[in-house]
Amino acid sequence: MSRNARAVGDSSPFVLAELMAWIKALGPYRWASNRLRSRGMTGRTAVISVPYLWLSLFFLVPFLIVFKISVSDIRLGMPPYDPLVTWASAQVMELKVNLGNYAFLWEDALYRNAYANSILTAGISTILCLLIGYPMAYGIARSKPSWRNLLLLLVMLPFWTSFLLRVYAWIGILKNNGLINNLLMSMGVIDEPIVMLQTNFAVYLGIVYSYLPFMVLPLYTAIEKLDLTLLEAAADLGCRPVKAFFKITAPLTKGGIVAGSMLVFIPAVGEFVIPALLGGPGSLMIGRVLWEEFFNNRSWPIASAVAIAMLVVLVFPIWILQRVQGREMGAHR
Amino acid sequence: MANARQDHRSEPWKDPGATPYVRIDKITKKFGDFVAVDDVTLNIYRGEIFCLLGGSGCGKTTLLRMMAGFEAPTSGSISLDGVDVTAMPPYEQPVNMMFQSYALFPHMTVQKNVAFGLHQDKLPKSEIDARVAEMLKLVRMEQFASRAPHQLSGGQRQRVALARSLVKRPKLLLLDEPLAALDKKLREHTQFELINIQETLGVTFVVVTHDQEEAMTLASRIGVMNHGEIVQVGTPTDIYEYPGSRFVADFIGSVNMFEGHLIEDEPDYVRVDSEDLGGVFHVGHGVSAAPNATVWVALRPEKIHILRDRPEGEGDNRVAGVVSEIAYLGDQSIYLVRLAGGRQVRVTQPNILRQSGGGRISWDEQVWLTWDSSSPVVVTQ
Repeated sequence: MSRNARAVGDSSPFVLAELMAWIKALGPYRWASNRLRSRGMTGRTAVISVPYLWLSLFFLVPFLIVFKISVSDIRLGMPPYDPLVTWASAQVMELKVNLGNYAFLWEDALYRNAYANSILTAGISTILCLLIGYPMAYGIARSKPSWRNLLLLLVMLPFWTSFLLRVYAWIGILKNNGLINNLLMSMGVIDEPIVMLQTNFAVYLGIVYSYLPFMVLPLYTAIEKLDLTLLEAAADLGCRPVKAFFKITAPLTKGGIVAGSMLVFIPAVGEFVIPALLGGPGSLMIGRVLWEEFFNNRSWPIASAVAIAMLVVLVFPIWILQRVQGREMGAHR
Repeated sequence: MANARQDHRSEPWKDPGATPYVRIDKITKKFGDFVAVDDVTLNIYRGEIFCLLGGSGCGKTTLLRMMAGFEAPTSGSISLDGVDVTAMPPYEQPVNMMFQSYALFPHMTVQKNVAFGLHQDKLPKSEIDARVAEMLKLVRMEQFASRAPHQLSGGQRQRVALARSLVKRPKLLLLDEPLAALDKKLREHTQFELINIQETLGVTFVVVTHDQEEAMTLASRIGVMNHGEIVQVGTPTDIYEYPGSRFVADFIGSVNMFEGHLIEDEPDYVRVDSEDLGGVFHVGHGVSAAPNATVWVALRPEKIHILRDRPEGEGDNRVAGVVSEIAYLGDQSIYLVRLAGGRQVRVTQPNILRQSGGGRISWDEQVWLTWDSSSPVVVTQ
């Protein structure tokens, strides 16, 4: 029985290998393979080129299109902007680059304030996420191993419902005759509803609520890796637990802190849905400005310039994230 | 080596008036239903290198961790230099520990690792620098002060860990398997270095190890542990030559163990008839056991002589056998000799003469084994 089973098991890879050998012996295969190889195209580069191709097709090309629109003039019509390149005659090509859109962004206080407010809101939300997320991640990493997966699952559970629906649900909770106000009023704690919806508070709440898992997961990974004997060694050398946290735990989980903070900060800067649904007129963030530019004012060039400028603003934190991650990998090697 | 060292050392444990430095009093530690340390009472004296020796899971590390303050005992107390330290948190204990994994802080340089403990005491910077430099010099790591731990070899890390645990001048240094991560040659070298450092600083060491050779080399006294209990405490010589039980005799070195019963019980000698041996042991020390009680006789392989010719006359402490295995190790040879009853006896003989070809005892040869009456040890449990 066992011998038969082995014979069958052996035969299929053998047939496959034989098939491969047969294909490889074919003239066209050998010709194509040699041509590719002579141009430095091996199996390895073929595999790596797939994500590169994907990213350049769906990220780099759209980016270039948006950039092109951002340096063109607005006009009435379809598309609502002037072409970048025109042919004055058969021989003369005219390239018209309009940097006025960027100058406009710089001069108009609305955009400057929107950028500043976005960064401020994202920054405060990131700090709040860190303050809430670190104890959570610490608790999960230090819980019994059998509990950890369950607790991590609970952190990720909100992702099972659409992000948009969850933000809508907060409206129902926060509005004047919503869950919280009705409960407090029926208990007699307050006489008239507390205005929570369409305030900055609601925006912070929404961002912290939505992005907390992105903070907790990298923190958990970093804390879970921490060798507990290091804390014992610190205690043994006379270091009290609170101080040991700042001297040992925090520096050794710095990678998780930076990664989590950037994963919250970067998308929070460009957040549109949360300030649009939960925020009021005071919480003007760049995502909303972009949306209004594009759909209300139908100014594609300005909207594109807003988007490109936001990207430039975010390059710096992305660069920090890359650097810290690179160093982390270097240290563990 | 261990004997030579003890000759010029005082032996405070023999003096009933001496005050113990560390007093472990009826310590028990339970983890749920599991008793890790079971009612251990132990006195350790100032300046000792005390080794806790035992197999894995015998409770030696738990006992050490209780001394460091990492574990709270279920019952019992520990006092150090006359002060009860049982409930003291680790960061207040005047005790330092060298961890088996060394536990060097990976984000700090060697210099910062060693200085860490002194910074906790808020000493002036000049004093910290001086003491760190002095300690790094003692462990010969001064030129590596600005390296990170991951840039060091295992032996270098071990020395940094030692420096870090000694720099606060602890009253007691606890070492958890200090040499387990080093290779054999380096380990032997480091053993003697540890002893020298201990003698230079005069700090009391408590070492946990599962390696009996390490314990024999380092220790002034050894406490052999089994199932959470201390089964015997004594100098390396005591433990080796006068094991108190079958477990200790078996755990330290190799031993031939024969079951038998007392046939003659005098104050200065006993005779044990052993079916295992197929003969009678004449043992030159008294035993406290009931007449005809079942006892065990432990006989070390190096204390047996192996002879071609039958010893003259009749008597005890001799037995005939056939050589079944020989292992030539260079400095010595191990012979396995099968007795008439089928029992194998392990005999080691130093190769004093350079031997080649003939003259050497070989396989399947009929031999006689004899030993001195001072060699066997009778144990009753």
